[in-house]
Amino acid sequence: MANMKHETVIGLEVHAQLLTESKMFCSCPNKFGAPPNTNICPVCTGQPGSLPVTNKKAVELAIKTALALNCRIEPSSVFARKHYFYPDLPKDYQISQYEQPLATGGWLEIEIDGQVKKIGITRVHLEEDAGKLVHVGAARIMGAEESLVDFNRTGTPLMEIVSEPDLRSPREAAAYTETLANLLRYLGVCDAKMEEGSLRCDANLSLRPAGETKFGTKTEVKNMNSFRAIEKALAAEEKRHAEVLAEGGQVVQETRFFDDVTETTSGMRGKEFAHDYRYFPEPDLVPLEPPAKWTEEIKNGIGELPRTVIARYMKEYELSREWADFLVYHELTGCLEGALKIYKTKPFNYARWLIVELPSFIAELNKEAAEKSNINKAKSELPHPWVIEDAAEKAAEDNYKKNIEVSGKSLPKLNLTPAKLAEIEKLIDGGTLSYKIAKTVLFAAIKTGKELAAIIAQQGLTQISDEGELLKVAREVVKNNPRQAEQYKGGKEAVMMFFVGQMMKATKGRANPELAAKMLKQALS
Amino acid sequence: MTAHELAARLAGRKLSSAELTRSFFERIKKLEERVKAFVTLDETGALAQAAEADRRLKSKEHVTPLTGIPIAVKDNMCTKGLRTTCSSKILTDYHPPYDATVVARLKAAGAVIIGKTNLDEFAMGSSTENSAFQITHNPWNLAAVPGGSSGGSAAAVAAGEAVIALGSDTGGSIRQPAAFCGVVGLKPTYGRVSRYGLVAFASSLDQIGPITRDVTDCALLLNLLAGHDPLDTTSVEAPVPDYRRVLAGGIKKLKVGLISDLMGNGIDREVKAAVKKAADLFARLGAEVIEVSLPTLEYAVATYYLIAPAEASSNLARYDGVKFGYRNKEAKDLISMYYSTRREGFGAEVKRRIMLGTYALSAGYYDAYYLKALKVRTLIKRDFDRAFDRCDALLSPAAPTVAFKTGEKTDDPLSMYLSDIATIPVNLAGLPALSLPCGFSRGLPIGLQIIGRAFDEETILRAAFTYEQNTEWHKAQANV
Amino acid sequence: MQIDVEHVARLARLGLSDEEKKLFGEQLAAILTYADNLKKLNTDGVPPTTHAIPLKNVYRADKAAPSPDLPAIMAGAPDKADRMFRVPRIIE
Ligand SMILES: [Zn+2]
Repeated sequence: MANMKHETVIGLEVHAQLLTESKMFCSCPNKFGAPPNTNICPVCTGQPGSLPVTNKKAVELAIKTALALNCRIEPSSVFARKHYFYPDLPKDYQISQYEQPLATGGWLEIEIDGQVKKIGITRVHLEEDAGKLVHVGAARIMGAEESLVDFNRTGTPLMEIVSEPDLRSPREAAAYTETLANLLRYLGVCDAKMEEGSLRCDANLSLRPAGETKFGTKTEVKNMNSFRAIEKALAAEEKRHAEVLAEGGQVVQETRFFDDVTETTSGMRGKEFAHDYRYFPEPDLVPLEPPAKWTEEIKNGIGELPRTVIARYMKEYELSREWADFLVYHELTGCLEGALKIYKTKPFNYARWLIVELPSFIAELNKEAAEKSNINKAKSELPHPWVIEDAAEKAAEDNYKKNIEVSGKSLPKLNLTPAKLAEIEKLIDGGTLSYKIAKTVLFAAIKTGKELAAIIAQQGLTQISDEGELLKVAREVVKNNPRQAEQYKGGKEAVMMFFVGQMMKATKGRANPELAAKMLKQALS
Repeated sequence: MTAHELAARLAGRKLSSAELTRSFFERIKKLEERVKAFVTLDETGALAQAAEADRRLKSKEHVTPLTGIPIAVKDNMCTKGLRTTCSSKILTDYHPPYDATVVARLKAAGAVIIGKTNLDEFAMGSSTENSAFQITHNPWNLAAVPGGSSGGSAAAVAAGEAVIALGSDTGGSIRQPAAFCGVVGLKPTYGRVSRYGLVAFASSLDQIGPITRDVTDCALLLNLLAGHDPLDTTSVEAPVPDYRRVLAGGIKKLKVGLISDLMGNGIDREVKAAVKKAADLFARLGAEVIEVSLPTLEYAVATYYLIAPAEASSNLARYDGVKFGYRNKEAKDLISMYYSTRREGFGAEVKRRIMLGTYALSAGYYDAYYLKALKVRTLIKRDFDRAFDRCDALLSPAAPTVAFKTGEKTDDPLSMYLSDIATIPVNLAGLPALSLPCGFSRGLPIGLQIIGRAFDEETILRAAFTYEQNTEWHKAQANV
Repeated sequence: MQIDVEHVARLARLGLSDEEKKLFGEQLAAILTYADNLKKLNTDGVPPTTHAIPLKNVYRADKAAPSPDLPAIMAGAPDKADRMFRVPRIIE
C-alpha cells in the first residue's frame, strides 16, 4: 500500500439557518443573541400536548434555494421524527425530513483556479435546530461538572444541503462551502455566518487508490467553524487517512472533531453509541405538496443567479471580476441596476460609489461613533451593521465586508437609494458638482437622510463654472503667489498643478477644475 | 340531570351555577371515596368560574348552553396552572403553562371545570387500573372496572359527580368506558376536534370527545369542541353543523349495516342479543338494516398494537427529567438520570408499550412491523369505505363484554388488548363513532356502537337520538 | 421469538429491573407473535396510511409573537440555574 497514489473523496452536509421572523414550528422570534430561554414557548420546549405548525416562509426559502441549486422540487415531501436523547433536543426527537426530502438532484458550480466544476447536490431538506448547551466547570463537554440548556435556538428553521461525494480536495470543499454561502446570502435565505453558527458544515472524507471506483472507508468530520477551518480540518484528516493507509492500516468509520488550535482531528473518547434513529413519518404534520404555481412564483422571484450576473457585469458593464463579485455578493446589484434605470451612465461610475467610496464613508462613520462614546457602549447602541472596528488598520474592502455583510437591509439603513445614486451622477455629468464635492454631498445626504438638493443649497456647494468669477479668483491666486507665477512663466508648467490646488482651496473645492486651469492660464499670460 | 335540562334552569335563574357547583362538590365528597373518579378536584377554581358564569347568566351576556355547567376534564388535557398528571408519576406535579384548545373553549363558553379525572396512565389501558394514583370503580358495580382509559370521566358522569365530561379516544378510550358505565360517549372524526393540549399518546389516532348522560348533551358539547384550530395541523377546516338542531328528523330510509364480524365468536352472548335487538328497533323505526362484513377487522388489534405503541414510544421520549415533570435527583450523570427518571416515573403498561413501540420502529424491524401495520391500516380503511358505499351508518357492540372485574385482566396484556376489538378499527380509519346504552347484563350496562362516515357525526347523532327517544336505557341511574 | 430486551430498553433510555426484563421479554414475544398474523395479509402495492384523514400543505404565516407562557415554562424546570435548565454531567 505504501506510496500508493490516493484520490480524496469528500461530500459535504451544510446546515443553514433560515432568515425567517419566527421559528420553524412555533411563533417564537427567530433571533440570535437573546438572553437565555427568552424565545421559548410550549411548542419549542416540547411541553406535553403541544403541536408543531409549519412556517410557510421556511418552506418558501428552502424551495428558493433548491431551485437556485437546480434541484427538482419533490411533488410530495414528508416530515419525519428522528429520535435520539439529548438535553438540547426538547422532544428527544428532531423533526426532519428523511425518506421524502423537499428537493433532490441538483448541482452547484464552483470555480477553482479558473476552472469551473459542477458539484452534485443530493438533496435539500428542512428540519428544526437544537438548543444550546453551556458546560459548567470546563470549557468543553469533557470534564464538565454539569451543563445548562438554553432553548432559544431550538426550533430555528434549518435547511440541510447535502452534496454528492464530488469534491476531490480540501480546497474544493472550502470553495464549495464559500460559493454556497455566497449564494445563500445572495438569495436572502441565510446570513451564512459560520462563526455564529448560522451556517454549519459536516464533511465525509475517504481516500481510495487512484483509478478505483469503489469508495474507501469514510470518517465524518465535525466542528469546522470557518471556510479556512474546513480546508485545514480536511487537509489534516486527509493526511491522517493517508498515513493510516500507508502503514497498511484500516481507517475506522467514526465521527471526528476538528480542534482549531492543534489543527488536528480526534475521535470521541470511549465507544460511540450505535445510532438507531427510528425514523417514522411525523403524524402531527401533513405532507408538503407545493403547487406548481407557487414554485413558479418563487422561481420568478430569484431572477438571475450570481454566476450569470457576474458574467453579464464583466461583459456588458466592463467591470472587473472582483468588482462584479463584490456587487453580487454584497447585494448591491439592485442599487446599481436601479440607478442605471433612472439615469444611464457608465455602470463603472455607480460601481465606484458602491465599492470604493461607500466603505471609506462607513469607516468614517464608525470612527466618529467610536470617538463619541467608548467602544463598548457604541457597540451596544448602534444597530447592525455599525459594528465598531479599528477602521484605520483594515483595508476599506475588508471593513466593508464586515460591516454590511448581511442582506439588503444594510442599504436602507444607509439611506442610500438608487435614486440618490442616479441623481449624484447626473449632477456630476451636468457640471453642477465636482466628483470631490459630490462625495461630500452624497455622504452628508446619507448621514442626515436629507435630499441632495437640500444639502447643496444649505452648504452652497454647487460647482463654480462661471468664467468671470473664476478669472477673478485666478488673478487673486496669481497675485498672492508671485514666486510660482515667475516659475511658470519661466517654463515650469508643472506649477500649474499648484495653482489649480490653490484655486480649489480658495473656492472650497467648488471650482470647475477644467475651467479653473483655463482661467489660470489666462491670468498667467 | 343533563346539561340541557340544567341550562334551562340556570337561564331561568331558578338555580345559580354557584349552587349547582356546590351541590356537585357535596355529592363528590359523598361518593368519591367509592368511585375514585378524580385525580384532582378544583373547588376554589370551580366556584370562581361559577361566580363568573352567574354574572354572565344574570347579565344575559355571552350565555352559551354550557355556561355554568359543571364539567369534568380527563387529566390528559392541559389546564393552565391546574396540574395535569396523565395519572403518571412522571407528571405528578406538572402544571401546564398553557390551556388545551378544548379547555380554552370550555372556559370561553363559561363552563365550570370541577376537576381532572383519572385515566390509565397516558391513556394506555382499557380499565383505568393503570393509574399511578388510584383505581377507578364502576358506579354500577364497584367491583367492576369503569373501562378505560377515560374511566374517570365516564364514572364521574355515571355517578352524577359531573354533568358532562371530556374524554379522549385512541382505540376506544371514550366509547368503551361509556359503554361500561352506561353513558353516551362520542369519538369524533380524526381532525374534527383540536388535539392541541391533549397530551399525546398516539398522535395519528387520538381524538377528544364528549362523555354525557344523553345524546342531546353529547351534541351540545360537540358543538363547542368541533372546529378547525390553527394550532393543530391535523385539524380540519370542514363546516361544523349545529349538532343539536340535526338530532330530530328520524332515521327513515337510513341504511344501517350491522357488522357481522363483530357479532361472532368472542362477543358475549347477552351483548350480542342486546345489539341485535337494537338493530331490530332501528328497522322498526324505518331504517333499512343489512348485514355487512369487514374481513380485515380481525387484523385491527394487531395493527393498532404496532402503530399506537410506536407513536407512543416517540411521544413519551420527552419525559426525560430535563424540562418538566419528575426527575431522579440522585443521578450523577445524564444517562443514569434518563434511565432512573423513566424507570421510576413510568408504570408497567407504559413501559411495556414504549418497549413494544421502540422495537417496532428499530432498525431491521420497521418494515416487518411498523410499515406492515400502516399498509394493513389502508386495507382496514378500504373495508370501511366499501361498507359505507352501501350504508350510512354501521352498528356493532362497543365492547365484547360488559365491564369486567377489577384485576381480572391485569396479568394478561394481550387479552386486555383484545377487549378493544370493536372500537380500535374505527380509530385506524379515523371515523366518528359513538356508544350509547342499549341494555343490561348482570346489572351492568351494554353499549351500542354507531359508526359514521368521516365528518358525518350528524348522522350517527341523529340515529342515536332516535334510538334513545324510543328506549328507556338512558334513564337508568347507577345506585352508588 | 427472541427479543433483545436490553438493546430496546437502551434505545428508549428506559431503566428496567431484571424481573421487568424477563416479563417484558415474554409479553413482547407473545404480542409480536400475535402481530405476525399480519403477515397473512398480502399488502403488495398497498400504500401505507400515516394519516387517516389525508391533508396537505398546512402552514402558518411567518409572524413572530413572544410566548406569554414563558415564566410558567421556567417554573416547571426540575432543576435550573442562570435562567437555564440544568442537567448533570453529560459524559459519564
Ligand atoms: Zn417556540
